[in-house]
Amino acid sequence: MATALSRKDFVSDQEVRWCPGCGDYAILAQVQRIMPEFGIPREKIVFVSGIGCSSRFPYYMNTYGFHTIHGRAPAIATGLKVTRPDLDVWVVTGDGDGLSIGGNHLIHALRRNVDFKILLFNNRIYGLTKGQYSPTSEVGKVTKSTPAGSVDFPFNPITVALGSSATFVCRTVDVEQKHLGEMLKRAHQHRGASFVEILQNCNIFNDGAFNELSDKQIKADHQLVLEHGKPLIFGKNKDKGIRMNVQRAEVVQLGNGVTEKDLVVHDETNLSLAFMLANFEAPLPTPVGVFYATSRPTYDGAMNKQLADAKAKSGTGDLQELLNRGDTWKVN
Amino acid sequence: MALPPEAAGHAAESSGLRGGSAHKAGQRRDSVVIRFAGDSGDGMQLAGMQFTAESALAGNDIATLPDFPAEIRAPAGTIAGVSGFQVNFSSNEVFTAGDEPTVLVAMNPAALKANLDDVPPNGVIIVDKEAFSEANIKRAGYTSNPLNDHSLDKYQVFQVDVTKLTTTALHDTGLNNRAVFRCRNLFVLGMISWLYQRPIESTVRWLEGRFKKTPDLLNANVKALRAGYNYGETTEMFASSYEVPPARIVPGTYRNITGNTATALGFVAASVRSGRPLFLGSYPITPASDVLHDLASLKNFEVYTFQAEDEIAGVASAIGAAFGGAIAITTTSGPGMNLKAEAVGLAVKTELPLVITDIQRAGPSTGMPTKPEQADLLQAMYGRHGESPIPIIAASTPADCFDCAYEAVRIAIKYMTPVILMTDGQLANGAEPWPLPDANKLPEIKVEFRTDPNGFMPYIRDPETLSRPWAIPGTPGLEHRIGGLSSEDQTGNVSYSPANNELMVRTRARKIAGIAREIPPTTVFGDQNGGDLVVLGWGSTYGSIREAVKQIREKGKSVSHIHLRYLNPLPSDLESQLRKFKKVMVAEMNMGQLLKLVRADYLIDAIGCNKIQGRPFKVSELTSRISRVLEG
Ligand SMILES: Cc1ncc(C[n+]2csc(CCOP(=O)(O)OP(=O)(O)O)c2C)c(N)n1
Ligand code: SF4
Ligand SMILES: [Mg+2]
Repeated sequence: MATALSRKDFVSDQEVRWCPGCGDYAILAQVQRIMPEFGIPREKIVFVSGIGCSSRFPYYMNTYGFHTIHGRAPAIATGLKVTRPDLDVWVVTGDGDGLSIGGNHLIHALRRNVDFKILLFNNRIYGLTKGQYSPTSEVGKVTKSTPAGSVDFPFNPITVALGSSATFVCRTVDVEQKHLGEMLKRAHQHRGASFVEILQNCNIFNDGAFNELSDKQIKADHQLVLEHGKPLIFGKNKDKGIRMNVQRAEVVQLGNGVTEKDLVVHDETNLSLAFMLANFEAPLPTPVGVFYATSRPTYDGAMNKQLADAKAKSGTGDLQELLNRGDTWKVN
Repeated sequence: MALPPEAAGHAAESSGLRGGSAHKAGQRRDSVVIRFAGDSGDGMQLAGMQFTAESALAGNDIATLPDFPAEIRAPAGTIAGVSGFQVNFSSNEVFTAGDEPTVLVAMNPAALKANLDDVPPNGVIIVDKEAFSEANIKRAGYTSNPLNDHSLDKYQVFQVDVTKLTTTALHDTGLNNRAVFRCRNLFVLGMISWLYQRPIESTVRWLEGRFKKTPDLLNANVKALRAGYNYGETTEMFASSYEVPPARIVPGTYRNITGNTATALGFVAASVRSGRPLFLGSYPITPASDVLHDLASLKNFEVYTFQAEDEIAGVASAIGAAFGGAIAITTTSGPGMNLKAEAVGLAVKTELPLVITDIQRAGPSTGMPTKPEQADLLQAMYGRHGESPIPIIAASTPADCFDCAYEAVRIAIKYMTPVILMTDGQLANGAEPWPLPDANKLPEIKVEFRTDPNGFMPYIRDPETLSRPWAIPGTPGLEHRIGGLSSEDQTGNVSYSPANNELMVRTRARKIAGIAREIPPTTVFGDQNGGDLVVLGWGSTYGSIREAVKQIREKGKSVSHIHLRYLNPLPSDLESQLRKFKKVMVAEMNMGQLLKLVRADYLIDAIGCNKIQGRPFKVSELTSRISRVLEG
């Protein structure tokens, strides 16, 4: 490209219409900031979304964009990416859009390993429809549709993705700008479906859902930042770690004979470890970062290879020959 | 043509089939209808299709109608497991697969029982004698052996030892009993081929292709075929063979084609002619799956087939491909149409080209999945949320599916709109001879992507067609966003303006209505200046209606036929054509859906002729209805 692009080049002329204070603003800002780093011309980039507050995202990106229907963005993006492997395709979805109505498309896109990025904005609530509980809302959650508390056991987006044989799975937080940027970069580098869960605050209908992970005072004690090849350490003073006690993870205080050597070392390529981390519950900290990354042929790549192989083997199809196939006869 | 009045006479003539005489010269027949029936595992579809191919090569006009059970393998020997294939071959023009079989081949008691009602008195029935074991007779629900209890006295029954003769012929092949038993269909095919003087060499060639990798099976099948043929020649049972001379068909090169294959080829042709790749997003469903199968093997034509996780993903992926600039299609049947409806609304709103193919089957719900019906018309017209008109095109014969699929793509692209193509189970699996088109003479399909950023906006419109530009990702300077939210005229920006919404809805409706400009004038078969009655039809009823109308006209009565390909918009001259007739009758395989449209749009007091049995109209049903209407 002749001239490098800047953040501003990715800002569309549309007025952003999320509620003031919504976590979506931070995500939008970081995506716009990071895009120039990829060095991809704007016309090659497409954002495809479903329906929800989060799914308004494409309108605000000065790229190609498609705001589709509730839950179907991964399916629409699949048809696009398969026929247009030259494009850089991003899917934006919410916890309702991606895990409720569109759960089927999400899991199948992940197992097929279509080469696009899926950003799932998880605010653990239905924002756009004004505050019903979502498939990630916790049991007991009181919302407009669950006045007596939800009795619906929630999904864990990370285990759903891992269980769908996703090849890249990570989690980050809307306000953690640096970490979010790193995760976007990692997702973009990955060939295949990259699943990025972004914990996002809906300050209107579910304010503070992720306080433990975003409140500067306390987050260090609740957040475990995963880094490949590094021991699992957390805490304000970096003095707590994760150790295996037979087959179970436990929190240990470093010191008094406990050293880093006793701790679990993160390995992004270890699926069992990824599942274990994904299932951490208090008192264990909440992991953020890359849970799992592996490499597998992409669906779009494999399909295009089949087409290329067929052309190499039989030549580009001749329409007249095709029409004339089979037993024919002449009538004079 | 095997039509009720003729068929009776025909069967009477066929009494000469009875053997005993040594001399086996051929006798002439104008047309014959054979129904091959057996257990689903008996290979009757294959026998029927190969017999059809032989007949086509012999120059007859033909029409076929397979009839298979929904169960892949219902318990052997039961009525539920009976599979049938009917072929009508003739020296005259053929419009239907025939009302009644002149010859029924029944491979077991269940096949006999399931089909006997359709055989006219004195009709020919050929059975595999050994299949009428006590157990099979009971399984079919007979209390006594129909071959001995005189219940078949009014027919000409030929009891052939098919199983024994096949076993004897294959005794030295080393195949086990089961494999030998599975060759019985080839023996029968050979025998029937002899009876109607069909050369079997094309079937031998076909077998060579099919069993390329299993020479044992090839050898056995060819042996069984030849044994059946020779048996016809030598047995004393048949007095003579029959000659059905070639039909006077328009000169050209022909192949036999089913509706589903024609549909697939029509799409590929449109893709090749437009210079754009073809993308099919689809979820398997009877009777649509064969289009997916056919297209899946044409990858060197730049055909992408995506077997999606459900019908919603099928259409959604196609919408994505259309956004990217591919010729995008999705194929399904009625239940899948329901699932696709919301996404089709998105394609209407975003004005993306897409063809949705509904290969209709008998409903509601799972209904009778292998049987045809036309009850999805109003769903195609109105089965969406909001005001979302869509062009609808319906094919009337198996070969017509090619032209209609092609035309559907052409319209979708020219007008930037989803188009619904309707066929049904009868067209999908039925076959007829198809004059091979010249690929270079197919109508032009022009794809013009917008490339000029100057003055570009996603919803500016071509003044004539009202279509918006196709601006695909990858084009510098045209970055834009589209979506389901109401959008402003021209700019496409999200807009909640009430007046703008009405403008956009009305503009889209005008765009679709405007397609009528290029619909060819309605052709009337019969009285050009009007008359007593016109029968209006659409889709697969074409053959039955045309034949019935022809027959009644031959009696000097004033009845005509109009058959629609374009159901939305309707041809602009249709109303005036219909008004030339004293009476209008709409014949369709539903409870009166086109009838409702005609009455609502034109305030014409049309009457209905309806059948919802998962079976095509018999010509005789239509002739008697037409006669009553003419009298009444
Ligand atoms: C077919 C359909 N059903 C229901 C809706 C209503 N609806 C719109 S968004 C939404 C939930 C969105 O929740 P989520 O995906 O979590 O997005 P958020 O607004 O929280 O970002 C619902 C139920 C719809 N638009 N379409
Ligand atoms: S409702 Fe919640 S998620 Fe939606 S824009 Fe407002 S704050 Fe954001
Ligand atoms: Mg949400």
